[in-house]
Amino acid sequence: MIQSLGQNLVFGLLVGALYGLVALGLSLIFGVTKFLNVAHGELVMFGGYACFWAFTKLGVDPFLSIPISMLLLFVLGALLYWLVFSRTVKLPEESKIKNTLLVAFGLSVILQNIALRAFTADERGITTSYASTAFTVLGVRFPIMRLASLVVAVVFLVLLTLFLHKTYTGKAIRATAQNWEAASLMGIDIHKVYLLAFALGAALAGVAGILVTVNYSIQPAMGLGWTMKALIVMVLGGLGNIPGALLGGLILGVTESATSFFISSNYREVAGLVLFLLVLIFRPQGLFGAKES
Amino acid sequence: MDKKKIILLALLVLCVAALAMLPLVIEKDSTLNLIILVLLYMTLASSWNILGGYTGQTNLGHAAFFGIGSLTARLLWINGMPFFLSFLAGGLVAALLALLIGTPAFKLRGVYFAIGTLALAQILNLTVSNLFPEMSYNPALADYELVPRYYLFLGLAVLTIGCASLLVNSRWGLGMMAVREGEDAAESLGISALRHKLLALGISAFFAGLVGGAFAYYHVSYYLNMPFSPEWTFDPMMMAYIGGQGTIVGPVIGSVFFVLLKQLLVWNVGEYHLIIFGTLFILIVLFLPGGLIEGWKKIQNLVHHRKTSSGTGGFSKKFGSWLHWPQPKKG
Repeated sequence: MIQSLGQNLVFGLLVGALYGLVALGLSLIFGVTKFLNVAHGELVMFGGYACFWAFTKLGVDPFLSIPISMLLLFVLGALLYWLVFSRTVKLPEESKIKNTLLVAFGLSVILQNIALRAFTADERGITTSYASTAFTVLGVRFPIMRLASLVVAVVFLVLLTLFLHKTYTGKAIRATAQNWEAASLMGIDIHKVYLLAFALGAALAGVAGILVTVNYSIQPAMGLGWTMKALIVMVLGGLGNIPGALLGGLILGVTESATSFFISSNYREVAGLVLFLLVLIFRPQGLFGAKES
Repeated sequence: MDKKKIILLALLVLCVAALAMLPLVIEKDSTLNLIILVLLYMTLASSWNILGGYTGQTNLGHAAFFGIGSLTARLLWINGMPFFLSFLAGGLVAALLALLIGTPAFKLRGVYFAIGTLALAQILNLTVSNLFPEMSYNPALADYELVPRYYLFLGLAVLTIGCASLLVNSRWGLGMMAVREGEDAAESLGISALRHKLLALGISAFFAGLVGGAFAYYHVSYYLNMPFSPEWTFDPMMMAYIGGQGTIVGPVIGSVFFVLLKQLLVWNVGEYHLIIFGTLFILIVLFLPGGLIEGWKKIQNLVHHRKTSSGTGGFSKKFGSWLHWPQPKKG
């Protein structure tokens, strides 16, 4: 009993790290640009397909295809920003969020159907030679793929935080997130910052897509489910709060595995959504965020 | 009532009468099925529009009301209740659900309301697919007739659009639009935003629930969670936007356009209609927030200016005011 509870907790934490990584890009984009990109799940899907084709056609190991997927998604993100999202930059904040939400819905429909045409509706996954390796510590299994997800998620969180705090560009991004008007008066090119933040967010979705492919499976209709997960995590961790994303992911992962353990695995996702609604209504600033003045 | 309105009304009556005569003339079921699809989307998009277009609350959980209406009606009907009562029960249960979740949901403003309702609809979708995993069959398959179903959808579309246009031209409708244009300003004039939003949500959900019941009557067999699927929210929402959200004719135009496009592209190139429809939706949100109806009006104005400068009244002077429904919010 205790052991399987522990196993569940560990699994929840490991899955949660993956959720955190899925939300990281969404959170970066929302925090900086106030675009609510609900096509994030579709970006994750394209990242997954990049990795899948690299593995099946070229034999590239999924973890080595991280740069490929990131680069492709970076370009796709930049393209989407340039074509679509840049048109909403000048709107006041509230209508900006609403319009980008609608536009992103349109995009998710388009991207999903493009994927359907290009890759068919088949469910795809990757099984590497080392996929079934696992460590056992105190009777609790640690599958290597899930551990790798945790490592990748933490590495990218640290890299992103370093980038945002230590580099000049990163500081410009944070300044823009705080107050774009003041930032633009200081000579920061808002359009460039937005473009970079959006493309980076998309690239992070690409990384997340790889982890989804090796741990779960991918198919064209997967987008909305992962967008919901990212939204839940983002709201739990606080909107636009970067380290909050990982923490929110861990909470969602543990909530889901606790629901599987105590109630039924059928209601795993429902529990996450209920938590999401409760937090939205009672603590809209996130679980750890301070109240905005 | 002035002359133009009478002409408009007469045309509308003629249109509905023509649609009502159709089953007497047309033998082919496929044509009727196509029109049923248009009528279904028309009702769904018009009901979404009451809250989403006129009250400015982007509801991304409309499928929940459509779904709960169809679930209620289907279960009651299959278990022996007369269809018409089950159908009404579907609408009432949907409205009840709306009023139940309304107060907490409207604590969320703007975009938070949108993602909150999306989550709510997904909760219902997942729960229903857990509770009712089997396919629902209609035991009375031998008695299946298309024509009564056609009339049900037609009547429902007329009822929904009629009620919506009565509502938005009433005092309550004006209040709803005031809430859309500025919640705080509306409150300061003594309009209770919450009450108006609840009313809009309740009516919107009621008609969505009714059309859900019609869906349950129409389909011989389907998975009970199918009407809860998010595309029953997104497609009607896109239709309302493309036609012109916050207008009565907008959802009508949008739904006809959607089904026509779907048919046309299915015949020619496969399932590209959603890619094109999605692109059009994005373009409209970005550049023409009033939808096709606003585009049409802009063209009309151009023509009107030309005509008046050359001295004649012109088409738009005579008929332009048909299109003068209350304006949606810009931007």
